[in-house]
Amino acid sequence: MTTVIDRTSGGAPPSEDIHPLYQKRKAIYPKLAHGGFRNLKWGLMILLLGVYYGLPWVRWPRPAGAPDQAVMIDFAHGRFYFFMFDLWPDEVYYFTGLLVLAAMGLFLTTAWLGRLWCGYACPQTVWTDLFLYVERLFEGDRTQRMRAATQPMSVEKALRKIGKHTVWLLIAAATGGAWIFYFNDAPTFWRAAIAGQASVAAYLFFGVLTFTTYTLAGTMREQVCTYMCPWPRFQGAMIDRHSLQVTYRYDRGEPRGAHRKGDAWEGRGDCIDCKQCVVVCPMGIDIREGSQLECINCALCIDACDEIMTKVERPTGLIGYDSDEAVAARARGETPSYRFIRPRTIFYGLALTLVGGLMIWGFLLRTPFQLHVARDRNPLFVRLSDGAIRNSYTVKLVNRLYTVKTFKVRVVGLTDPKLQSPGLKPVGDTVFAQVEPGAARDVRLLVTLPQTSLSEAMKPLVIEASVDGQVLEARSVFISEGGKP
Amino acid sequence: MADREKDDLSGVETTGHEWDGIKELDNPLPRWWLILFYICIAVAVVYWVLMPAWPTLNGYTHGILNQSDRANVAKDMKDLAVQRGRQGVILEKASLEQIEQDPNLQAYAMAAGQAVFGDNCAPCHGAGGGGGKGYPNLRDDVWLWGGGLADIQRTITYGIRSGDPDARMSMMPSFGRDALLKPEVIDDLTEYVVALSHRKANPAAVARAAPVFAEQCAACHGPDGKGQQLVGAPNLTDADWLYGGDRKSIHDQIWFGRGGVMPAWRTRLSEAQIKAVTVYVHVNSGGSGASSSPAAATAPAADNTVASDAAK
Repeated sequence: MTTVIDRTSGGAPPSEDIHPLYQKRKAIYPKLAHGGFRNLKWGLMILLLGVYYGLPWVRWPRPAGAPDQAVMIDFAHGRFYFFMFDLWPDEVYYFTGLLVLAAMGLFLTTAWLGRLWCGYACPQTVWTDLFLYVERLFEGDRTQRMRAATQPMSVEKALRKIGKHTVWLLIAAATGGAWIFYFNDAPTFWRAAIAGQASVAAYLFFGVLTFTTYTLAGTMREQVCTYMCPWPRFQGAMIDRHSLQVTYRYDRGEPRGAHRKGDAWEGRGDCIDCKQCVVVCPMGIDIREGSQLECINCALCIDACDEIMTKVERPTGLIGYDSDEAVAARARGETPSYRFIRPRTIFYGLALTLVGGLMIWGFLLRTPFQLHVARDRNPLFVRLSDGAIRNSYTVKLVNRLYTVKTFKVRVVGLTDPKLQSPGLKPVGDTVFAQVEPGAARDVRLLVTLPQTSLSEAMKPLVIEASVDGQVLEARSVFISEGGKP
Repeated sequence: MADREKDDLSGVETTGHEWDGIKELDNPLPRWWLILFYICIAVAVVYWVLMPAWPTLNGYTHGILNQSDRANVAKDMKDLAVQRGRQGVILEKASLEQIEQDPNLQAYAMAAGQAVFGDNCAPCHGAGGGGGKGYPNLRDDVWLWGGGLADIQRTITYGIRSGDPDARMSMMPSFGRDALLKPEVIDDLTEYVVALSHRKANPAAVARAAPVFAEQCAACHGPDGKGQQLVGAPNLTDADWLYGGDRKSIHDQIWFGRGGVMPAWRTRLSEAQIKAVTVYVHVNSGGSGASSSPAAATAPAADNTVASDAAK
């Protein structure tokens, strides 16, 4: 029913019994497509690249001392600023949750709509699209580029190539440059970066990202998706017969064949074998061979095919988002049915909701204050001259707010403990410790109990810190020789 | 080796090695590999010339770059000392009281002091400062020479019986070894000291020893045995004993009159280091003054005045 199309134009076929370890790269000259999906992708490209390049320049007012950059990773001070949130290094696990959410979201959308991420939002796709745009600007569309490839080098060809690579490098540099702005105050940092005053790490990342952008989007393109990216290798596990993917509706298209104007359409398929779906494909594949590893579901073949179908006055949608099951059903002459609620989508949806709920719950309940207590283990306890026993604790108080906070530290669970905290003056049974905005403070807390009150070697206790009406608790113990004199 | 076997499939000669029917092909080395190999050899030769490489009978070839990791370490250590000295200026400028009261300075001094303590003090006083027999516990409220900030700083700077002209100095006589007192008198004195620390003792011996104590011991330990920090004489009435509190240990101490030696650290530590470790020890001991009562911690002002006077 399907004919195999020779995509290996050029290059010797592999010998019969020895298979090459890897395939020689076939040059791909994708033609510019026109249509709804192409326009959607232009729009998405502008949006996504705009966000990437522009975000470091967005300001967000914060109290004095904190940077006013809306999104910024401040390694020197260990902060991640994201609009109204700022995360400390010990809260990095929220990123783990975010990654789990991203994975579940990817699984769910893939089960429903195939490789939506690959086709529209993956940086590799977006930047390759942009680089292809530049390539067309300098070297023309598919036919001009293919012709130029066979011609010897000329001044014009060289100039076109130099122009293309220059613009590519500029885009790559802008990409690497934007990256380092996420780690520094962009409006002040760009001057320093140009003047050569930024850190070695900044230039290193600038260089690495410039290089990877240039090579991955400029020279490697579809090979990244086919050979480097793990996602295509296992995305098949999320896709089933009900997933909507960019699909060639063979029930309508076959048998294919050339069609001259005026010929009848009876007894044949709508596919006129014009190969427009192949020439626009940035992966260099033929969608008519069905769902395949290389296909990133970019939907450009839909636009190309629709254009042709309009020209030959057939209904559009010979290639479109469809499920294998529906196409097969139509081929059998049945009415296709679409199933969006399937065990796998239920599972992915539940996992997404669960992880997302946990994340939001945890994030909303996070306190701006923290208390950690570390008990001195050497010496375990100290005997004072009057026989009393003293234990020492390091109490870490964390204040994530932008105002000075006073923590009231108490010891609960001991009878009349004497507190000492050098540098601070305990008032009764409470130590008042001021903690600077956005700072952590170690307070040494020395707790003394008279020998007479000690009957057990380990007395559990709770160190309690109250601040702003919140009470934080940390468990510890008071160690002594117990009842021994 | 004309009789070498050719592999049918690849047309490559085999090495003649065979394992369970699997033969090894004798493929030539890839060119890129060979080129890298030659480059490595060339680099090695250059390395021999530039860097220390070959052992000789009484040394090694130094290479024309005269590279020495040992010299580099020495230089790095010197640079580090300079760098630390720069940070230490903050501590030099502030008074001990300021360092202890200011949260940031205290945190810095505690961290720096812990390092200094671990490197220099821990061998005798223990990693946590808990001390041991003959080595005072620095975490409690008992201080032979005073536990105020300035007292501790002075002890660390000049040491105890260290030979430094400004060292803290005192000497308990060896009453028994040097035959200053008769053995039976020392036995009586032992009972007297036991009685001083609120324990049961032989009343007759205590009575006999009372005039001897007043004559021989009270000059330093005080008529009531409560000690004197001016001369480093311990309080004999409390529960803390540097050389042990049982009868045998007390007897031995009167007999031998032992006294520990602590080095003067001013020749080995910088002023900033001494200040850091002073604050570290003071804070960990509860930050009290010379007094042995924890209640004193709540009123450090008086103690600090004395301390800053002494510091001048």
